[in-house]
Amino acid sequence: MGKERENSAGSGLTRRHALECMVWAGTGVLWTVSGGIPKSLSLLDAAEAAEASQGGMTFLQISDSHVGFDKEKEVTAVDTLTEAIGKVRALPVKPTFMIHTGDITHLSKDGEFDDAARIIGTTRLDVAYVPGEHDLIDPGQGKAYLARHGKGTLGAGWHSFDRGGVHFIGLVNVVDLKAGGLGNLGAEQLAWLKNDLEGRSASTPIVVFAHIPLWAVYPKWGWGTDDAAQALMLLKRFGSVTVLNGHIHQIVQKVEGNMTFHTARSTAFPQPRPGTAEKPGPMIVPADQLRSMLGLTSVDFTIGKERLAVTDTTLA
Amino acid sequence: MCAIRPSPVLTALAAAFVIFLSEPIGPALAKEMRVTISNFTFEPQTTTIARGETVRFVNSDDMVHTIVAADGSFRSDALDTGDSFAATFTKPGSFTYFCGLHPFMKGTIVVK
Repeated sequence: MGKERENSAGSGLTRRHALECMVWAGTGVLWTVSGGIPKSLSLLDAAEAAEASQGGMTFLQISDSHVGFDKEKEVTAVDTLTEAIGKVRALPVKPTFMIHTGDITHLSKDGEFDDAARIIGTTRLDVAYVPGEHDLIDPGQGKAYLARHGKGTLGAGWHSFDRGGVHFIGLVNVVDLKAGGLGNLGAEQLAWLKNDLEGRSASTPIVVFAHIPLWAVYPKWGWGTDDAAQALMLLKRFGSVTVLNGHIHQIVQKVEGNMTFHTARSTAFPQPRPGTAEKPGPMIVPADQLRSMLGLTSVDFTIGKERLAVTDTTLA
Repeated sequence: MCAIRPSPVLTALAAAFVIFLSEPIGPALAKEMRVTISNFTFEPQTTTIARGETVRFVNSDDMVHTIVAADGSFRSDALDTGDSFAATFTKPGSFTYFCGLHPFMKGTIVVK
């Protein structure tokens, strides 16, 4: 998707019109950008989805498809991604586009990238990608990823674009990782981000997406980003910031001031809740349980029908 | 500090030592220590070897891992289940390595 720009004039978005409505079911996360009171809806509920779409734009987040992973008992990551994409294709209201928050592949092999592109491509939706660490372990350390998804991006694949009045920023926090460290954005990317945000109106809704969570979910397992605080400081002045991540293969979220943080499920395999296992390895579970842990079943997980909770917490 | 096998130079060096020491089989230079990756952990955490010895990292986990030297001197390809990577250490010292995918996984090679 790269640097594609769309004119947002006339969208009527204000800082009150944030990402106020969210849904988790099956395929990933359906986000709706609209004004008014947030609603929880099922991905498969045509009437509600249609209602939501009237308010503005919807986009879909998928994550951690790990094409090439084949350790689950009865299905491969290709199978479950295919199922997930099948649900996307069956949506009664087509999302405007998708984001993929990384770990498209398991081993960065050409065939894995090809399979992912073929399956995801059947949606005929634009997809904005950021890489996960599993996408950069080809011998060229990221060349395979950039050859496919690097167009219009900088560095290891970071980029921004405007869509539906929202400014989207795809960050890469999976390169130059240090022994014992967490995710890493790096000075060059932070300088780019500062420049990208400069002069932008504080009323512009911002969506930041990156693979590893940009807040400390569970540092002991590497579930955080060392220099994320510097990025969040740059974003602090904006009235609505939504941070979407993957990596941990489960839903965790928090609200802090004007910032909403959310992680998506994987389409491939679940990982344990923080601290409930010795290590964060793949959970190999019976096939009938697996789908519910990948979110392939419709899940009634919502913030509620009230407004997003706003808590008076600073970043300091 | 380290060379990744197979290296023509090392192989030649090893051959030279074999001849020089007149050892029939299993020359000391070819000794290989093993580090196993299991449940996101390197076992043993610290491996002590003599100069010129080789460490083979064997991934017996159901997750892919990589071996990366903290000083950047070596880096393995992706090691899926059952794959291994060997590094030969020629200089004394203490060398930290980690998994490039899961950097909380660390280990140390001490070369005497």
